[in-house]
Amino acid sequence: MSIMLDGPATTQARPAPEDDRPGRTSGSLIKIVLLGLTVAIAVWAAFPLAENRAWTGLAVLTATTAGLLYLYLTPRHIPLKYLAPGTILLILFQVFPVLYTASTAFTNFGDGHRGSKDEAVVAIQAASVTQVPGSQQYALTVATTGDPATGPLVFLITDPATRQVSAGDADGLKAVPGGDVTVGSTGRVTSASGYTVLTAGQAGLRSAEITALAVPTPGGAIRSSGLSRAYEGRAGRTYDGGCDCIRDTTTGRTWTADESAGAFVDAGGERLAQGWKVTIGFGNFTRVLTDPAIAGPFLRTLVWNFGFAIASTGGTFVLGLLLAMALHSPRVQGRTAYRVLLVLPYAMPSFAMLLVWRDMFNTDFGLINNLFGSDVDWFGGSASARLAVILVQLWLGYPYMFLVATGALQAIPRELAEASRIDGASAWGGFRRITLPLLMVALTPLLISSFAFNFNNFNAIYLTTEGAPFPADNPANGATDLLITYTYRIAFGGGGAQYGYAAAISIFIFLIVAVVSAISFRRTRHLEEVHS
Amino acid sequence: MTRWIQQVGWRHLVGVLVLAFAMVPIVFVVSAAFNPLGTLSSSELVPTGASLANFTGLFSGTGFGRWFLNSIVIASVSSIASVFISALAAYAFSRRRFRGRRVGLLSVLLIQMFPQFLAIVAIFLIFSTVTDRWPAIGFNTSSGLILLYLGGALGVNTWLMKGFFDTLPRELDESATMDGASHAQVFFRILLPLVAPILAVTALLAFIGTINEFLIANVFLTDAGAKTLPVGLYGLVAGERNANFGMFCAGTLLTAIPTVLVFQLLQRYITDGLTAGAVKG
Repeated sequence: MSIMLDGPATTQARPAPEDDRPGRTSGSLIKIVLLGLTVAIAVWAAFPLAENRAWTGLAVLTATTAGLLYLYLTPRHIPLKYLAPGTILLILFQVFPVLYTASTAFTNFGDGHRGSKDEAVVAIQAASVTQVPGSQQYALTVATTGDPATGPLVFLITDPATRQVSAGDADGLKAVPGGDVTVGSTGRVTSASGYTVLTAGQAGLRSAEITALAVPTPGGAIRSSGLSRAYEGRAGRTYDGGCDCIRDTTTGRTWTADESAGAFVDAGGERLAQGWKVTIGFGNFTRVLTDPAIAGPFLRTLVWNFGFAIASTGGTFVLGLLLAMALHSPRVQGRTAYRVLLVLPYAMPSFAMLLVWRDMFNTDFGLINNLFGSDVDWFGGSASARLAVILVQLWLGYPYMFLVATGALQAIPRELAEASRIDGASAWGGFRRITLPLLMVALTPLLISSFAFNFNNFNAIYLTTEGAPFPADNPANGATDLLITYTYRIAFGGGGAQYGYAAAISIFIFLIVAVVSAISFRRTRHLEEVHS
Repeated sequence: MTRWIQQVGWRHLVGVLVLAFAMVPIVFVVSAAFNPLGTLSSSELVPTGASLANFTGLFSGTGFGRWFLNSIVIASVSSIASVFISALAAYAFSRRRFRGRRVGLLSVLLIQMFPQFLAIVAIFLIFSTVTDRWPAIGFNTSSGLILLYLGGALGVNTWLMKGFFDTLPRELDESATMDGASHAQVFFRILLPLVAPILAVTALLAFIGTINEFLIANVFLTDAGAKTLPVGLYGLVAGERNANFGMFCAGTLLTAIPTVLVFQLLQRYITDGLTAGAVKG
C-alpha cells in the first residue's frame, strides 16, 4: 500500500537526523527487541504450517513478516507504522471470520453436511455396519486424547490372537507400538502413552457417543458392543461408483447422489441423514424470506428485535436524563451520595445480574412474586416476558445514560437557561427549546451505538428468558428471541447445527444494523469529521 | 413550602424512586450471599442471617479462584492492549494525512457493525484448526482468547480517541518536531500523556465489557481450569439453579470488586472523559 503524505509540512516524514541522544538510542533498542520478537513468533508459527504442508499459509506468514520488518526499518510510511498492529489483528480475527461467515452462508454446511462426499460415503458405510456370524471380536478399551468428559474418543482394540493393540477413531485404525501400552489379563488396555483411559463411570456417561462411533476398516467397520467388547462387522450399505449411488445390500434399495443438495436421495425423495457440503447459492437467503414456516416467525422476531432495541435505548435514555436533570441543581442536598449509589448497577457484573434478575422473576420462589404476593408466571406469557426483559435492560443501562447526560448537562452554559427564563420562557419551554437540542447534538452518536449494541444484545435474552415463551408449534423461535439468540440456537442448539443457514441470518442482521446506523449517522453531523 | 416542592422536592422524589429501583437487586444479592442456607427459595430481600458459608464454599467447592484469576488476566491484558492499539491508530487518523485515510476510517466503523460474535461459527471452525496447529493459542487458553478479543480493538474506541486527538492543538507536535523530536517521541512523550483521560475511560469500558463477555468465552473455554467468571458462574446455576444460588451471589459480589476498584482508580478521569467523549461524539 502506498501512502501519500499531504499534511502540514512540519509533520511530514523526514529521515530522522542521526544523533546520539538517550531517547533515540533507547527507542531503537526497544524497536530492535520488538522486531526480534516478531521474527521469533513468525518462526514459531511457521513450523506447524510446514509440517502440515500449508504452503499458502506459510507464504502469507513470510510475506507479512517481511513486510513488517521493512515497514518498521524504513523511515517512510509513517501512518502505516501506527495502523499496522490494529489492522493485522482486525484482518485475522474480524475480517477473516466475517468473510468466512459470508462464504458459509452460501452453503448447506451443518450437521450431516460437514465434509466431502467421500467422507460422507465412508460414514454411511461405517454407520450401516452390523454384526454378522463370524465377525471378528476384539477386547475394547475406550480412551481419549483430551479431557475424559469432553475429549475426542478413541477405541483401543486388542486382537485376541496376537494381542496387538490398535487405536481407532472415525478416520480409521492405526497400530500402537507394543512398548507404549500395557495390556491386562483380559486383553483390555490398562494404560497407553498419549491416551487417557476412561473409567467405567466416565465411559458410561458418554455411552451414546461410544455407541455411535464406527471405526472404518476395508471390509466394513469396528463398532462397540457394550463398553468392553468390539466387533468388526460388514457394511449393510455400500457405495456403487457406476450409478453414483448407495445400495442397501439386503433390501436392494438405492439412494442416488444429488450434487445440488449434497445428499443421497431415493426415488421417493427421501434423503439419507449423512450428506456432504455443497454450495447452494442464495438458497439460505430465499429460505428466510419465502419458506412460510420460517418467514412468519422471522418477521415477528425482527419486529420485536426493533421494539426491544428502541425500548431499551429510549427507556434508559429517558430515565438517565430525567435523573441527571433532577440532580443537576446545587440546591439538592446529598447529590454526591445519590450519584455514587445510582451508578452502582453499572459496577455490578452485568452477566451475573442478568441471571439474578432471571431468578427474581422466578414464579415459585422469585423475589418479585414474593414482594408483591403475586403468582405471575413472568416468562410464561409473551407480554409479561417482554416487559420483564425491557425492565431488566432499564436497570442495567440507565447508569451509563445518567453519567453521560450529567456530563453533557454540565457542558451547557447555565446562562442559556437563565436567558430564556428572563425572556419569559417557562421551565419546560426552556428545556425543550434550548437544553434538549443541545443535549441531543452531543448524545445522538451514543444513542446510535447504544441502539446497535442492544439490537444484538445476546446476553440480555440468553441469560434471562432464553427466548421463552415458545409457541407450541415452533420450539426454535420464542417470543423474546432476538435475531442473534435465534441464530445462536440454529447454529449451536440441540436441534442439529445448521451453520450455513445461521450464517445467512448473520448477514441479514449485519445489513439491518449497517443500514440503520448509516441513516442515523447521516442525520447527525458525525461523519463530517471524516471530511476535514 | 409549595415552592420548595416545585423546585427541589420533585428532584428528591425522582432520586429516591430510582434509588429504590437501583438498590433492590443489589440488596437482594448481598443478603442472598450471606444467607446461611444458600438456596434461592430461602433468599429474602432482608438478610435472614449472616454466614460466610457461601464464600468459603465458593473457594473450596468450585474453581472460583481460578476463574477469577483468568478473568482478571484476560480483561486487563486485552483492555490495556486494545486501548494502546486503538490510540496508535487514532494518532495516525488524526495527525497524518495519507491516501486511504477516509476509506480506512469508514471501514473501521463498518466492520465493527458486524459484531464479532455473529461470526461465532466461523471463529469456532478457525480456532479448531488453530488448536490443532498451535495449541498455545488454541481453545482453552487465555492467550488465544485475548488475541481474539483484540481483533475488535480498532473500532468505536478509535473514533472516540481520534476525536480527542483532534482537540489537542497541532502546534504542540509541530514545535516538538522543530526541536528534533521523532514522530514516535511526539506520540509517546507529548500526545499520549495528554489523552490519558480518554485512555482511562476507554480502558474502563473495555475492561467492563471483557469481564462480562460470555458468548465467545463460553464457546472458547470448555476445560474447568480455563473458564472465566461468566462461564464458570453460569455453569454454577445452569443446572443446580436453586441450591447454588447463595454461592452464585457471593461470586457476583466478588466479581464486582475488580470493576469497582478500576472505577475508583480511574475515577478522576471518568467524568472528564465521558463528558469529552459525549460532547465530541
